[in-house]
Amino acid sequence: MNNGKRSRFLITAISFGMAFLYIPIILLIVYSFNKSKIVPVWGGFSTKWYGVLFQSEPIWEAVSLSIKIAVVNACFATLLGTLAGLALVRFGSFKGRLLFSGMISAPLVMPEVITGLSLLLLFITLNQFIGWPSERGFTTITIAHITFSMAYVAVIIQSRLAGMAQDLEEAAQDLGAKPFRVLVDITLPLLAPGMLAGWLLAFTLSLDDLIIATFVSGPGAVTMPMLIYSRVRLGLRPDINALGTIIILTVAIGVVLAAWIMFRQQKQRELEMQMSAEES
Amino acid sequence: MSGQLEDLPLTPWHRISLAFQHNWRSIILFIPFAWLLIFFLAPFFLVLKISLAEAVIATPPFTPMIEWVDEGVMHIKVVIDNFAYLWEDDLYVNTYLNSVKISTISTIFCLLIGYPMAYGIVRSGPTAKNILLMLIILPFWTSFLLRVYAWMGLLADQGTINNLLIALGITDTPIQMLYTPFAVYVGIVYTYLPFMILPLYANMEKLDWTLLEAASDLGARPMTTFFTVTLPMTLPGVIAGSLLVFIPATGEFVIPDLLGGGNVLMIGRVLYSEFNSNVDWPVASAVAIALLLALVLPMMLYQHMQGKETDAQ
Repeated sequence: MNNGKRSRFLITAISFGMAFLYIPIILLIVYSFNKSKIVPVWGGFSTKWYGVLFQSEPIWEAVSLSIKIAVVNACFATLLGTLAGLALVRFGSFKGRLLFSGMISAPLVMPEVITGLSLLLLFITLNQFIGWPSERGFTTITIAHITFSMAYVAVIIQSRLAGMAQDLEEAAQDLGAKPFRVLVDITLPLLAPGMLAGWLLAFTLSLDDLIIATFVSGPGAVTMPMLIYSRVRLGLRPDINALGTIIILTVAIGVVLAAWIMFRQQKQRELEMQMSAEES
Repeated sequence: MSGQLEDLPLTPWHRISLAFQHNWRSIILFIPFAWLLIFFLAPFFLVLKISLAEAVIATPPFTPMIEWVDEGVMHIKVVIDNFAYLWEDDLYVNTYLNSVKISTISTIFCLLIGYPMAYGIVRSGPTAKNILLMLIILPFWTSFLLRVYAWMGLLADQGTINNLLIALGITDTPIQMLYTPFAVYVGIVYTYLPFMILPLYANMEKLDWTLLEAASDLGARPMTTFFTVTLPMTLPGVIAGSLLVFIPATGEFVIPDLLGGGNVLMIGRVLYSEFNSNVDWPVASAVAIALLLALVLPMMLYQHMQGKETDAQ
């Protein structure tokens, strides 16, 4: 009886929590189909705000700039983050390890206003001394994004490496493979799913960032979050609801699909393990 | 090793490839290390330096710290006026305290909502567990800015909540919720709740739940079991989750700006306006350093705990 009461409490807690998390998002989507210009007042079903959205030149420019930055950022962040993760887990102790591990995890908890401000000051100082970057925009935003998203990739790679059995690597080494060959032929392929997860995370982090981009961007370079922010500061806008709906649904479908594929693979692996266990 | 290499009569290409074979570990380490030194550590010292400079009307708008007075005589000029200014001005001190207050209270609410949710998810069946976890992680991937914007629609004077209250006859005139501290609390708790639930879940998943049964078998009341067994066991998760909410919430800029309007002062927003509207870089940098000082202890605590976690693995 006690157990029943407890689980009823827990079910209520989960239901309220989920409602709290999802009602605002659902309402945002519902109001994107509102005919009325005043967002929270229902004026009938309409898709006209999507039309407004697709005809808007600045929105397209912002979206394409954001996607370009996100792709370049994700590739570089995955490369740098994977190298950093490998160094931290597989290289034992080296000079400056403490500084390195501190620097790689600090961006995870650093307030964005500080990261943004400090990078802007760096770009301005560099421009004064070496004349680069001559203007702020795509390059500076991408560099700033790589700096914080590589930290997230490194965390994923570190946890994958720590949880990975080393027997394949040891076997290759015993068979005479040089350490670098082992890394390229064994470790990196095993890390591929982690690197993919890191790439996706870096991509979304970049697509989502407002504050750091605002600091390090110059005139003329407006990313999607910067555009959304400048419009919603003045109040609710139905076309932003439409843009938000597209973004949220795209991400949701992508994440659910990825999770489903991973879940299937895990099931498959468990089944194979079970079968091989039964055979022996 | 490099000495040996130089003695060999090799083409440059061979030399490079040999050097790589011998030093690939250093190269792997060097690339991310150098990146972080240039784009993370150097900028940080730059902020520190500028926070100790005087504001002048020039480009860049601050005085140099090192001046060459005579031939080769270096004159280091450090001004702590910016920090004194922050300390003397009530606006900054109050903003600072207000930020810490808002993020502390929000963290407590996240914990009160998140703890039973994480507990419930851990105790669900395998399929339900996967689906619920998915639902917690999903908002984490969707745009932060859009989730804050969604609350503007709920809390506005003509928003969903006020419309509902008026339709139900609870109130005649809309209650102002948007642009109040209440809205800021709701926004922070809402956006940071997954940051609380996920570490709690990760911690609870690994626990030995038979201890709870043992406690109740031995006659402990549910409340006693909770405070003497469950809570101490889940404390690492509670601390990790609380830090993950508290640290970013203290420096939050978007939520106080969009949901609090001009009525709720938080340090992240002051830093932003000091830099962009007042163009006072030294004061903005001093605010950044002060914010960092408030967070350095929680940040180190978090890193320490993460380090222990990795070692345990």
